[in-house]
Amino acid sequence: MGVFSRMSLIFKSKANKAMDKMEDPRETLDYSYSKQLELLQKVRRGVADVATSRKRLELQVARLRQESDKLHTQAQQALGMGREDLAREALTRRSGLEQQIADLSAQHAALQAEEEKLTLAAQRLQARVEAFRTKKETIKATYTAAQAQTRVSEAVSGISEELGDVGMAVQRAEDRTSEMQARAGAVDELLASGALEDVTGTAKDDITLELERMASTSDVELELTKMKAAIGAGPSATAPAIEAEAPQAAPAEAEAAPAEAEKPEGSAS
Amino acid sequence: MIVRIMGEGQYEISPDQLPDLNELDTAVEQAIAAGDEGSFRTALTRLLAEVHQGGTPVADDVFVESDLVLPGADATLEEVAAMLEDEGLLPG
Repeated sequence: MGVFSRMSLIFKSKANKAMDKMEDPRETLDYSYSKQLELLQKVRRGVADVATSRKRLELQVARLRQESDKLHTQAQQALGMGREDLAREALTRRSGLEQQIADLSAQHAALQAEEEKLTLAAQRLQARVEAFRTKKETIKATYTAAQAQTRVSEAVSGISEELGDVGMAVQRAEDRTSEMQARAGAVDELLASGALEDVTGTAKDDITLELERMASTSDVELELTKMKAAIGAGPSATAPAIEAEAPQAAPAEAEAAPAEAEKPEGSAS
Repeated sequence: MIVRIMGEGQYEISPDQLPDLNELDTAVEQAIAAGDEGSFRTALTRLLAEVHQGGTPVADDVFVESDLVLPGADATLEEVAAMLEDEGLLPG
């Protein structure tokens, strides 16, 4: 077993380094036990840290989903008004957000897996540490110098390997978490900077403004048409101009209708 | 023979499992050398399945060193290679 016996040597050399420091085997037991408690603390902190990062990601994803839904609604409104260009712009921005959401969701799944693994590691280590404490007391109570060295080194090497293993799991989780925090920080910045607000937020973004402007323009046109109709005989030069605009608007609306009909699931969600 | 699966714990395996494990170990070693993630994954998955199937978990109050240490199922080729290189145990 080439690779895997080499890997066990890695753990062994670490365990031996720790033991070489002690003169009295009983000290080695106490030293190892204190290291175990330290690591147990560290693993528990690790679990809490990963959980915090996971929750932060969940909030961010929820926030981005809201923004994405808003853009979807805007796109529908724009299409309804025959402004395919505006709808396209909204959907383009939305697809950027969707990518980010997919990315964060994948990170979230990875964090969740890490959290589960670390929780299991904490449980396993706790059981091992408790068993070690009992063993340690037994060895000390029946201590004879002749036996002690062997029994101590057996117990300590056994648990050291466990410590090494759990230690690596914690390290890995820490790496994952700090990586994630950097990403999460970037998304937070994006959310705070107003880059998203501009697009979809409470402050009126360009798409909203355009939709409003169009709504008021068509109101004005409608009003004008009504007035002209009421007057009956308006100047003959302006009437064809308004009529000429109408056929242009109609095809745009006709294009809009099928596009909207294609997205029943999207609009339902 | 005691085998540790990293992140999981220790198992006692029977000697008649060894030939199979040896074969898979060679496959993993070759995959690492070739940087072949696909073969690495296949061999590692089979290796872990073999240990799970034929091995008995070591009790919490038994403190023994492992003869073999296997990476966990989600370990990447890079991680395993790095672990071996870190200690200077990988020749070359």
